Amino acid sequence: MSYEQLLQYVFSGITNGSIYAITGIGFNIIYNTTGIINFAQGEFLMLGGMTSITFSRYFPLPIAVALAVIVTAIVGALIDFLVIRNLKKQSILFMIIVTIGLSILLQEAALHIWDEKVRSLPFFTGDEISSINIFGAYISPQVLWVVLICSIIVAVLTVFFKYTATGRSMRACSSNVIAARLCGINSKNMITLSFTLSAAIGALAGAVVSPITQTQYDCGTSLAIKGFAVAILGGLGNSIGAVAGGIVIGLLESLSISILPLAYKDAVSISILLLILFVKPSGLFGKKEISALKDF
Amino acid sequence: MNFKKFLTVSLSLMVSLFIGISCGDKGGNTIKIGALFSVTGPASFLGAPEQKTAQMLVEEINAKGGINNKKIELIVEDTAGDANKALSLANKLIKENKVLAIIGPSTSGETLKIKELCEKEKVILISCAAAESIVNPVAKYVFKTPQKDSQAAMRIFMTMKDMGIKNVGVVSSGDGFGKGGKEQLEKLAPNYGVTISISEVYDAKATDLTGVLNKLKGKNVEAVINWSIVPAQAIVAKNMRQMNMTALLFQSHGFGNIKYVKETGKAGEGIIFPAGRLLIADKLPDTNKQKALLIKYKTDYEAKFKEDVSTFGGHAYDAIIVIVEAIKKAQSTDKDKVRDAIEGLKDVVGTGGIFNFSAADHNGLDIDAFEMITVKDGKFVPYEKKK
Repeated sequence: MSYEQLLQYVFSGITNGSIYAITGIGFNIIYNTTGIINFAQGEFLMLGGMTSITFSRYFPLPIAVALAVIVTAIVGALIDFLVIRNLKKQSILFMIIVTIGLSILLQEAALHIWDEKVRSLPFFTGDEISSINIFGAYISPQVLWVVLICSIIVAVLTVFFKYTATGRSMRACSSNVIAARLCGINSKNMITLSFTLSAAIGALAGAVVSPITQTQYDCGTSLAIKGFAVAILGGLGNSIGAVAGGIVIGLLESLSISILPLAYKDAVSISILLLILFVKPSGLFGKKEISALKDF
Repeated sequence: MNFKKFLTVSLSLMVSLFIGISCGDKGGNTIKIGALFSVTGPASFLGAPEQKTAQMLVEEINAKGGINNKKIELIVEDTAGDANKALSLANKLIKENKVLAIIGPSTSGETLKIKELCEKEKVILISCAAAESIVNPVAKYVFKTPQKDSQAAMRIFMTMKDMGIKNVGVVSSGDGFGKGGKEQLEKLAPNYGVTISISEVYDAKATDLTGVLNKLKGKNVEAVINWSIVPAQAIVAKNMRQMNMTALLFQSHGFGNIKYVKETGKAGEGIIFPAGRLLIADKLPDTNKQKALLIKYKTDYEAKFKEDVSTFGGHAYDAIIVIVEAIKKAQSTDKDKVRDAIEGLKDVVGTGGIFNFSAADHNGLDIDAFEMITVKDGKFVPYEKKK
């Protein structure tokens, strides 16, 4: 295998890995507040992609994406106001099952609002055929956009959860809701905030990956499965971990293609995911002490 | 009796009356035809235009007085591209609705799943899916209207032979359509002096294929053949250009949808694929037998649904034409008489080609049904040999 070819595999791994990572980050916000996994996260991506495509017909691209983020964030907030907040039993398992139902609901809604057709946002820079030559291998500029936006989200989230009062309050809610309430934290508002944030980040991710992956009403589920896997691999709740997990899985998959038939790609990545979790159940970056306190 | 009770009783009375009326309405003066299309789900780009086309055509036939003075009642069910759902819906159509024939399903996987059931229940099935194995070996009650995979593969290889291409790579989707095509390509390539140096299968929901294309690039292939009907067709084209691959891209007849050309944008230029003549109807010579029908379908469909016509909807159009012609010919709605009539249909002009059915050929189309088409300036044009 030539050096250029190897590098091309690495780029292909980064392309897929960055898509997994940017999807995976979204899971962490709701998890960091409520301790639940939001199975409708993929639908936030789909909604973000779909709404930004619709808005891009009337507005310039940056405004269209911003509007899509706002609209999806409102949908996220509404989901909490109308559904999660009104649940009589706030148990974790219960909430997870509700998110599965919501994901089906959002998919069906998208099918009726738009249609079954596949569509995509225009490339942020260049077009379908532009690519950047780096040491003899080629990569689409859109991948660099994904990596860039992914890094910005991670940086902002890390600072937010570690150093701001709101971020810390959100984390407190997930560690121990009763203790957090005793300290004067409005846990219900924190949950609303987490759904809003999570939907906004999902929408941004959905818009930035749309030129590569293309968007369809049911594209959320398959994106979310890999995103969920990398969030677990990196250690749930840890955004840097999700990115590392994404890149690891992406690279493993693309290197496995070089020696094995493509059809084995998922088998390879999932077996390695399982192996890592056997050795380190809290994920690559997760802390054992923290994960012991949580239900998942 | 309080008001609430009164309301409930009167409501339920009204409902039962309504049911009674709507049941009584169903006389024996209609011909029931079932349709299974994947209107939603991953194969919706096949099922949605098929459903619209079938309903449009049936309305048109009924407006003209139906067939043999009987109206057609089309019962459309959405399979969502799920083979198991297709099977249970086929059971429902046969046992509850007691249909004369079933049109569809949209995909090869679903068709193969219900083939046996239709054979056992002796219900005519006219599939709108591509795979060769639907009609080969011939099953007594199973027909199909789209052109065969093998003929599409042959047309591709004939074009390659003309161009002097010898070393190719194949990528196909992991669904029924992809598997069928892969099989035919691998079987037929040696006949045309073409070597398939690598053949890979990708997930139908794939979102990036640079990895596997890199593998093809490593084998120095002169051309790539992509065989799928899923949106990944556009991704293959985009990825090849992004990776600076210079190999030519051939697609299957699954690319016959202008939507995919729009999706590929500049990366779609120069893609070569075999397809029915519907896509280039306005560019056909007036002597072409199909031209009048194709133009009529295209204008009717585009005026009614405000979207571009695709060859997939045409498969449903042809299926309805075939069953209507057969019922007219048989002068009966007896299943076996209609079935025999289909085998005797000759020179029936459809969107996919000129149908000539026989006991041995339940597809009725020959290799001339395909035209090689290429993409130029975002439009479909007939492919012409470079001199």
